[in-house]
Amino acid sequence: MLEIKYIADLVIAADNAGKKISEIVWQWECEQSGVLAESIWEKMQARLETIKISAYTGKQQQGKTFNGLVGGDAYRMAQTDQLLGGTVTRAVTYALSVSEVNADMGKIVACPTAGSCGIVPGALLATAELLKSDNDVIIKGLFTAAGIGTVIAKNASVAGAIGGCQAECGSAAAMAAGAVVEMMGGTPRQVSQAVALTLKNLLGLVCDPVAGLVEVPCVKRNGFAAAHALVGAQMALAEIESVIPADEVIEAMNQIGLALPSSLKETSEAGLAKTSTALSITARILK
Amino acid sequence: MGVFDIIGPVMVGPSSSHTAGAARLGKMARVILGESPTEATITLYGSFARTYLGHGTDRALVGGLLGFAPDDLRIKDSLKIATEEGLTFSFVISEQAADHPNTAEFSLQGASGNRIGVTGRSIGGGQIVITKIDSFKVEITGDYNALITIHEDKPGIIAEVSRVLSQENINIAQMKVARQFRGAEAMMVLETDHSISKQTLDTVKNIYGIRSAIVILPL
Repeated sequence: MLEIKYIADLVIAADNAGKKISEIVWQWECEQSGVLAESIWEKMQARLETIKISAYTGKQQQGKTFNGLVGGDAYRMAQTDQLLGGTVTRAVTYALSVSEVNADMGKIVACPTAGSCGIVPGALLATAELLKSDNDVIIKGLFTAAGIGTVIAKNASVAGAIGGCQAECGSAAAMAAGAVVEMMGGTPRQVSQAVALTLKNLLGLVCDPVAGLVEVPCVKRNGFAAAHALVGAQMALAEIESVIPADEVIEAMNQIGLALPSSLKETSEAGLAKTSTALSITARILK
Repeated sequence: MGVFDIIGPVMVGPSSSHTAGAARLGKMARVILGESPTEATITLYGSFARTYLGHGTDRALVGGLLGFAPDDLRIKDSLKIATEEGLTFSFVISEQAADHPNTAEFSLQGASGNRIGVTGRSIGGGQIVITKIDSFKVEITGDYNALITIHEDKPGIIAEVSRVLSQENINIAQMKVARQFRGAEAMMVLETDHSISKQTLDTVKNIYGIRSAIVILPL
């Protein structure tokens, strides 16, 4: 049976079989779950439908979420693309939208977590629009992203309480970058380079949310990380290579997560959560 | 762990531990009660106690008690729906430290007068563990089919229950027995790989020494 422990396993398996990483991950899921390949595909297709709804609703919503801290930013972002161009603007817009839906108790797909749920959808949907590609291409991208996320979860963590924000938004951006490279026709090696480059540049990111809520800085950070993923993907497609390979970057993230004090790992005891503005917000919301 | 643990779960936001996990805790408490609750007192500990309002943890817990799944959009309005459906609820915010930061303790009364206490924790990613039913320590994840019995603490009963299950070709994945004190009532939780039919449950209920038995489906 196929073993997925490292990013290198995915690259080697794909190269040996002459397949894409998405196909290897799909096959792995069949083997380890014992579920039929078509059923797994349909389940991922259903998740994509939920993802799309959450990515497109924010553009029309100008109101605040129920805590009143965030909301309406996807709408604002969609008003102009004069600086960043269409694809990056759309990626950020969709990522903000999914995160706003999440903050307002709407339905989302955790990806890999609820706090980072906008990044993969933002980058993948914007890329699909650029390529004018159909759902099948995006579903394959989700499998690639899932394979990368699985490796990170096995060797480090995708939980902010354990690894800080690098483990949530960093992992999501790495997953998105790898998936976008494959969607753009990149090689398995380029996918692994995108993972390494993208994750490396979000290492050390701490989780210090205001009032302990998945809103500030989480929603806007999802937008930033979606754009970050596209930069990593384009670097990899341009044959730029990371000096440190993906699996070593993931291990570095693990070590950094262990070294971070717990005050910066989702406990809201330091950082942004302790600013004077944050403290007054906390007093208002949590009474 | 599989691809749908990474691209998933599908859930109502904003937090897998404070919202999705809370909804599953509520749903599990309802299943263990065995009927619609009419009265609920929910005590919150740790991070649940400190941040429940902002995460909608209260709405998720009550939504779960109403039988809503973690991806049910009605969770947002569950407090209002509960009142409409005749569920009276109150929250107690505990200052006490709990074994785990995301702990909730339910004291429930059902439509037919059943009363039960259920304690559980949300352990991340929407996963939960029920740790206590009334005074019995248990470990129920909701990932498996489960059979819970309350029986007299005497020899032979556990063997008889497992014999009934093996006759039906039901494989036991995990098993835990707890009792209040020697010779008193005991509780057994069996998590199984296969579903347990109504007929099998009735056979278990008829075993001499079994006081009550319920079956829990995976959440």
